[in-house]
Amino acid sequence: MEQRDDALVQSTMQSAFDRKMEQDMPIEPKDEMPEGYRKHLIRQMSQHAHSEVIGMQPEGNWITRAPSLRARQILLAKIQDECGHGLYLYSAAETLGISRAEMTEQLHTGKAKYSNIFNYPALNWADVGAIGWLVDGAAIVNQVSLQRTSYGPYSRAMVRICKEESFHQRQGYEIMSKMMCGTVAQREMAQDAMNRWWWPSLMMFGPHDSESPHTGDAFRWKIKRQSNDELRAKFIDKTVQQADVIGLTVPDKDLRWNEARGHYDHGPINWQEFYKVIGGYGPCNVQRIAHHKKVHSDGAWVRAAAEAYMTKQKLIA
Amino acid sequence: MTEQQALFKYCVRLGDNALIQSYRLAEWCSNAPMLEEDLALTNMALDMTGRAQMLLQYAGSISGEGQTSDDLAYRRSEPEYRNNLISELPDNDFAFVMVKQMFTSTFEYFLYLALMESSDKTLAAIAAKSVKEARYHMAHTSDWVVRLGDGTGESNRRAQEAVNALWPYTGELFETDDVDRLLQEKGVAANLEQIQIWWRQYVIETIPAAKLELPSDDYQHTGGRIGVHTEYLGHILSEMQYLQRAYPDAKW
Repeated sequence: MEQRDDALVQSTMQSAFDRKMEQDMPIEPKDEMPEGYRKHLIRQMSQHAHSEVIGMQPEGNWITRAPSLRARQILLAKIQDECGHGLYLYSAAETLGISRAEMTEQLHTGKAKYSNIFNYPALNWADVGAIGWLVDGAAIVNQVSLQRTSYGPYSRAMVRICKEESFHQRQGYEIMSKMMCGTVAQREMAQDAMNRWWWPSLMMFGPHDSESPHTGDAFRWKIKRQSNDELRAKFIDKTVQQADVIGLTVPDKDLRWNEARGHYDHGPINWQEFYKVIGGYGPCNVQRIAHHKKVHSDGAWVRAAAEAYMTKQKLIA
Repeated sequence: MTEQQALFKYCVRLGDNALIQSYRLAEWCSNAPMLEEDLALTNMALDMTGRAQMLLQYAGSISGEGQTSDDLAYRRSEPEYRNNLISELPDNDFAFVMVKQMFTSTFEYFLYLALMESSDKTLAAIAAKSVKEARYHMAHTSDWVVRLGDGTGESNRRAQEAVNALWPYTGELFETDDVDRLLQEKGVAANLEQIQIWWRQYVIETIPAAKLELPSDDYQHTGGRIGVHTEYLGHILSEMQYLQRAYPDAKW
């Protein structure tokens, strides 16, 4: 009897979920959902949150050296936004039944990932421009698509985040254009940053559609609406033109407009490098996580103090 | 010294305080004990960078030499800076930055409150904006000083160490020189003696509420007003001015 009840509950739950899926209605935290769906979202949303937070490091590397007061203000505001996005996404992920502390723990043990792109170093001021223009530019293409993702809190987070990300992309492009209008040394810095960030930015969309192991479920559950290759093509098409306007060379000799496809064709992406960096062997993997761990552990006494104070206040009240 | 020269020096002093404080606060980016505080500290840094820009821009406009705010921020040498020494001190830990900012934000809150009445309209307008920010900075950092002082044994120890280390740098905030005297007569500058009374009252109430003690030793450092700084300022400038100095012809 009990077994039959369980089966009944399972099938009712599954059908409510399926119905919502079919009708393109958002799934909300209190709705029943398949365990696989929940796990997939926790993985994706926590990775997204971690990326925002780890991404503060390469940009933060330049805050104290920002070359003008205006540049410092803009960069500070931008990194604050990223931090806010991280907080917002952690909260959204918490609606799935995982705590921020658990997600941090998973980041530290390597169970949870963050965007591979932040394992590359920010070496000159133009890198700050390239991160805004290329990295945030690639992220926006992904995030615009995620505004229609099936999980309500995630989709709403994306709507808000996209507004700020487009400001980031513009500020990055402004840095690049200013430098391309500047001295020879500035133009060299800009091109150098372009050369180093272009290919990793293309890798941000993930493996080709034929290779991506999560594509199946993500599509079925409407978490993902467009494929890696579709999104990558969108990014390339808009960015190549922007590069051209300010005189930057895209470091791809095979790049050609393909009239028939209506997209640019690009040269082969170095997937060996991609998997090497994902596997922990990028220039900054160790540095980024070591920094996050150190800050987290250095701050433990502050968090303990805040808790102890709160407990005392509750006792008084 | 003409009134114009005094006003230039006064604005540079206020601008430099905001500039150097914002530098130290910005160092907390991705280094705070929790994301909420990463946001709060860089938000203060942002407020102060904005304030530095307004004050140095105004200073440049009255100097007669046509410097921009960036010229003043990035192209001077150590002895030309007029910030208080306390803003240069490196933050050993979270207690240090909170106690430091509580001391300086409280000073700034009362200072800008007074400057809202300045006969100089530009200064009064900058003060009106700054006082809102300083009120928030003062409240946020005071909350933390109380939380840390009355938190755990370790947080109390760290907060007390910060109070002891920073106290000898607080007297300088209220030093009055010819610039202050000349501008006070014209109703432009704030009366720092009065501000010190208000400041002390606030601090004397906050420190015991945080289960902390004020040091009995009243030795005070000095030098910022005449451009004699701590060793730390040179390192701040070499980092902050790097691009402007290395590529003098470049525009950013």
